Amino acid sequence: MEQQRETAAFGMWLFLVTEIMFFGGMFCAYLVYRVSYFDAFVAGSQKMNITLGALNTAVLICSSVTMVLGVHAAKTNRRRATVLFLLLTIMLGLVFLGIKAVEYHEHWIAGEFPGPNFHFDGPDPRHTQLFFSLYFAMTGLHALHMIIGICVVGTIAYFAWKGHYSSEFHTPVEITGLYWHFVDVVWIYLFPLLYLISHKH
Amino acid sequence: MATTVQPVEQQNYLNSNYGIKSWLLTTDHKRIGLLYLMSITLFFFLGGFFAMLIRLELLTPASDLMQSDNYNKVFTMHGIIMVFLFLIPSIPAVLGNFLVPLMVGAKDLAFPKINLASWYLFMLGGVVALYGMVTGGVDTGWTFYTPFSTTYSNTNVVTVAIGVFITGFSSIFTGLNIMVTVHRMRAPGMTWGRLPLFIWSHYATSVIMVLGTPVIAITLLLVALERLFHIGIFNSQLGGDPLLFQHLFWFYSHPAVYIMILPSMAVISEIVACYSRKRIFGYNFVALASVAIAVFGFLVWAHHMFVAGISVYAAMIFSLLSFLVAIPSAVKVFNWTATLYKGSVHFDTPMLYAFGFIGLFTIGGLTGLFLASIGIDVHVHDTYFVVAHFHYIMVGGAVMGYLGGLHFWWPKISGRLYPEGWAKLSALLIFVGFNVTFFPQFLLGYLGMPRRYAAYPEEFQVLNVLSTAGASILAVGYVLPMIYFVWSLRYGKIAGPNPWNAAGLEWRTSSPPPTYNFEETPIVTWEAYNYDEISEEKGVEVAG
Ligand code: HEM
Ligand SMILES: [Cu+2]
Repeated sequence: MEQQRETAAFGMWLFLVTEIMFFGGMFCAYLVYRVSYFDAFVAGSQKMNITLGALNTAVLICSSVTMVLGVHAAKTNRRRATVLFLLLTIMLGLVFLGIKAVEYHEHWIAGEFPGPNFHFDGPDPRHTQLFFSLYFAMTGLHALHMIIGICVVGTIAYFAWKGHYSSEFHTPVEITGLYWHFVDVVWIYLFPLLYLISHKH
Repeated sequence: MATTVQPVEQQNYLNSNYGIKSWLLTTDHKRIGLLYLMSITLFFFLGGFFAMLIRLELLTPASDLMQSDNYNKVFTMHGIIMVFLFLIPSIPAVLGNFLVPLMVGAKDLAFPKINLASWYLFMLGGVVALYGMVTGGVDTGWTFYTPFSTTYSNTNVVTVAIGVFITGFSSIFTGLNIMVTVHRMRAPGMTWGRLPLFIWSHYATSVIMVLGTPVIAITLLLVALERLFHIGIFNSQLGGDPLLFQHLFWFYSHPAVYIMILPSMAVISEIVACYSRKRIFGYNFVALASVAIAVFGFLVWAHHMFVAGISVYAAMIFSLLSFLVAIPSAVKVFNWTATLYKGSVHFDTPMLYAFGFIGLFTIGGLTGLFLASIGIDVHVHDTYFVVAHFHYIMVGGAVMGYLGGLHFWWPKISGRLYPEGWAKLSALLIFVGFNVTFFPQFLLGYLGMPRRYAAYPEEFQVLNVLSTAGASILAVGYVLPMIYFVWSLRYGKIAGPNPWNAAGLEWRTSSPPPTYNFEETPIVTWEAYNYDEISEEKGVEVAG
């Protein structure tokens, strides 16, 4: 069992390495473009809604906490607590997506979605558009990972409800936890890079 | 080897159960290997069909068989099928799948269900890509260069890119499975220093799959987003930079060429040791060379962009690094050659392929160095010289290795021997056909014939006709094994557990192996390639 659990965890870690490379391509693109088109990126970044962003950061951190508690509950044979914490995690994930949707909507209304309708009054609108392209691509992909995560946590919660996990066998809960934390960590990088870095008081 | 062994119907992975479901829902790595074998064989012949169309068009200087539009689609589909749907999965997903657990003494790969899922992903990606091809095709070249692919091409770029994207995940899962298996599933006594070089090479390949594939995945996704939603990351009209695409693409695709060649090197190490009856010369060097190739391979991508507008200094550094990556490749070639020296060399079919591999890979590698010299590359970039370079490596090298491995392990896979005479004939046809097809392309490229055009000046016709003639010989060489492998399933001689007196763990179980590979968990007490301890005559029972 122990052997099997470690093998699965090792596999998950490797998978997360691939995820780092997956996001890494866009992080590189962002950094290179930010250096090249500094002013345009600053201008774009100032359009971010820091309040909502910060709120979302807090929501995600809370969801990581509930996830940890869920894993712990599974380890200590507390079936109801496991399900409860997993459901809380899902809830927080949904709240995050909801707030993100509000932000997207704001940008959409303000004409900040890249493409033919893009509209921006600033020093270098063409490259600010590039900023928004990256913003939507990166946060969109992150949101997609959240959606997948929510589905997986949902499945795990179902099996936990059915009593599949115990102190002997809780590998799936643990592995899902690893994934969930990873997705949170990605946001922990996205938030300062997109929102805070160019903030003026 | 005895002439009349009575077929004993013992339980093995092939006859343990029958029916389509027992195949489509199998989690046995050996069966999944065979599923891959069938699918990629299909893709190989499909890709080959497009290759024949290209060669037929180029028989004459004018573009008469098809118009440029269609020609563009044909070479694109040839490239995409061959690279993403055949060569990348070829050895790792077929032979690697089949052999890695056997070689390390495990019952299966670490994650059997994920292994099956990876085959389904592969098929899904393949079907999506093919759907894109039959409903209009793509004309961007296998490289999907922007801005053509994002903005101007009015073909099915998105569908095909998504197909390739999906197959990418199947290769990530295969790599992940192999890495975890090598780390955690080795039999007692199978230390890292006793692993066959096949495993070392596959481990290095898996590292590249795991680290590189996500980058192409995100790149293709961005291309698709750009076409669908006008997000402008590569589009200069929206402030993006098309060159970024090339950086990201080659960051994966140069290492990916090592995904294609390292597994062939894996096969060659096994074959060379077996048919020289010697331990591989410099085992440690060959093992580490695999890892070095995987690492350096990630540092040379911009040698594909010397004339694309990178700075002179960047070009010089990437040129230098490209020379470095040739060192571990050369180490391998020297060590194989040294293994042959004073070995008792047998010229069986797999060994013929190994010789073919070593020779052709060397030519491909050396011309790679020509190309990595900036001055020469400026002259021959995007000419047939480049086409010849990578075909020497990918077809002369990688496909030879694949076929050599398929012959070498066919008795293990099927329990039957292939007909040696026919096999030798086809190996010869392939070698000759290959050289007649592609050597003229070095000359054509040097003389200035650009790649990817349906028409060309009169003076290039002789060499092009030669090339097309060679391709026809090559085609015969490829069809033959198809036929006699299938034939041998019924009529081939019974192989027995170890027809070649080979040393690996995989030869110590019956052929075909039982579902869980070994009757009991093997305990390894010997070094890899202990051919000095294996007598030529009986060999099967070896001193431990
Ligand atoms: C031994 C070290 C190698 C070196 C130094 C090398 C160098 C190069 C260079 C400089 C180019 C760019 C030529 C140009 O576009 O002008 C190139 C192209 C290429 N090489 Fe290699 N190469 C090496 C090995 C390989 C291997 C092992 C493979 C495949 C298994 C390979 C496959 C390719 C492919 C596919 C292209 C052309 C891609 C395209 O433009 O469509 N190379 N190589
Ligand atoms: Cu390269």
